[in-house]
Amino acid sequence: MTTDSERDELPTDISIRVPNIVLRIFRSWRKFPLSLHIGLLILLFQLAVALLANTLYPQDPFELVGMPFMAPGEDPLFPLGTDILGRDIAAGVVHGSRVSLLVGFAATLIATIVGTTIGLVSGYFGGWVDHALMRLTELFQVIPHFLFAIILVSIMGADLSNIILAIGLTSWSMVARLARAETLALRELDFVKISVVMGGGHLRAILTHVLPNALPPVIVSASILTALAVLTEAGLAFFGMSDSNHVSWGSMIGASRDALLTAPYMTLIPGAAIVVAVMGFSLIGDGLGQILRRGHRI
Amino acid sequence: MGARIAQMVPTLFLLLLAAFTLLHLAPGDAAQVLAGESGGGDTTYLANLRSRFGLDQPIYVQFMLYARNVLSGDLGFSFRNNMNVVDLIGARLLPTLLLTGSAMAVAVAFGMTAGALAAAHAGKWQDRLISGIALLIYATPGFLLGIGLMILFGVTLPWLPIGGFVASQGIDSGFEYALSVAKHLVLPVVTLGALYAAIYTRFTRGAMLEIYVQDHVRTARAKGLAASRIILRHVMRNASLPLITVIGLQAGSLLSGAILVETVFAWPGLGRLAFEAVQQRDYNLLAGLVLTTGTLVVLINLCVDLLYAVLDPRVTLR
Repeated sequence: MTTDSERDELPTDISIRVPNIVLRIFRSWRKFPLSLHIGLLILLFQLAVALLANTLYPQDPFELVGMPFMAPGEDPLFPLGTDILGRDIAAGVVHGSRVSLLVGFAATLIATIVGTTIGLVSGYFGGWVDHALMRLTELFQVIPHFLFAIILVSIMGADLSNIILAIGLTSWSMVARLARAETLALRELDFVKISVVMGGGHLRAILTHVLPNALPPVIVSASILTALAVLTEAGLAFFGMSDSNHVSWGSMIGASRDALLTAPYMTLIPGAAIVVAVMGFSLIGDGLGQILRRGHRI
Repeated sequence: MGARIAQMVPTLFLLLLAAFTLLHLAPGDAAQVLAGESGGGDTTYLANLRSRFGLDQPIYVQFMLYARNVLSGDLGFSFRNNMNVVDLIGARLLPTLLLTGSAMAVAVAFGMTAGALAAAHAGKWQDRLISGIALLIYATPGFLLGIGLMILFGVTLPWLPIGGFVASQGIDSGFEYALSVAKHLVLPVVTLGALYAAIYTRFTRGAMLEIYVQDHVRTARAKGLAASRIILRHVMRNASLPLITVIGLQAGSLLSGAILVETVFAWPGLGRLAFEAVQQRDYNLLAGLVLTTGTLVVLINLCVDLLYAVLDPRVTLR
């Protein structure tokens, strides 16, 4: 009997919970600002393309599949044409979305974790810790990020993981400043002080009281960082600093540089993909920022 | 003021440390580079070179030697270019300052105007149009924008030179020289300026919208002041303070943008030098560039803080 009642309870529990979450997202979805709608739709589309890349174009995007220099629409087999060597541009764009998403998300994750940690510690403890960490942050702010990134990639080698690391490690200073500013305001609040007085320890106060409250502006900045990371990856690839095992939008542009005047579509098509992706992340950042300023909860 | 300058010292020290670390992380040391340039050498030759350059000393002694060299104006030697790094950078500094300075002026002028227009018509079609264009430019990689403008205004409509600093012939007078440089300057400045104009537009719009709802603006409206006067004197003036902070923070990023734009337009500045140095794996030169651009940004930030104190009497320099 007990097992039966448990079995009865479980499904009802879940069936109540799941639609609730869906309903909540759906309800707040209608309240989202327009920019967030468009941004999220672009992101969803890009995610779908990236996930379906192997289904849509099972062959290697580096494979020479047709005549070189075929303009878009010339051959129905290659709707976006072929590049200098006869590679399918559509396959390149679809597979390239994986690299651009991966670099964007992974580099942002690194920058956000490093920046938030430094900002939290710096703002919470103050004093010489703050002083030292802020000078370090300043260092990463005054060296031009792109110069720093190309130097790191040139020292470590142009692997995908090194590119991600180089972009992530050079772009955290903005997050650190933001997290520090939030923490400076939060640490003076009663619930943070009381948590320490009650013997919770500093780590507990930081992780359970300061971090969650400092997170919203950090998340907004993360979407801007993702947009910047996609742009930086494209810039690195344009300089020839891309992983030769993975096709990326930037490397497609870099590879078509010699055909710029005769076949500008080879540059414009992956370029348009970059523009749309970056616009998507910026719109998400704009929209989240609007919600944050409005002060209403999702 | 003195304290503000003293605050720069640890940052500059870290910059020096970063450049030194970079040189050490780079594959191969100076002795190997030297031996390689002179056609190779055996281990005793390498050991000789290392002791001559102090490379067999403990790391902190090496750092002190490096710091002493840098402080006396010696950034090392670029074997690829067969020139002192200081001379290389010195020759490229002015073109970069010319490019980034002009681009900054263009960006601030256009960005503040467009942002003010968008904020004044918030929610209407003017706002949507300006914000849309700004977003589109912001999302375009700098090199792509540069290539596009180059094809359009240098090739399809051959109005402007597609690259370089000055025409190689037909220059007889100083005036013609300046005119030729100005012509070569247009496309790179428009490219770089447009990217930052887009950023400043978005920022000015946001900052002004925050000020529009404040009490002193409502008072000004109630007094019956003209809309243009309210925008200029009451809103723009307050919005310009955070904008100046952003411009200071963006100084490093402007130099980053210059790397791509200068490479596209073959502009002989620090950015193109950085591109060449990476291509040739010239780490002495790269370390020198890190030091130069980093110091430049530190100095720009100092100027921004000074300007801030002048514009806002509530701010005092600590």
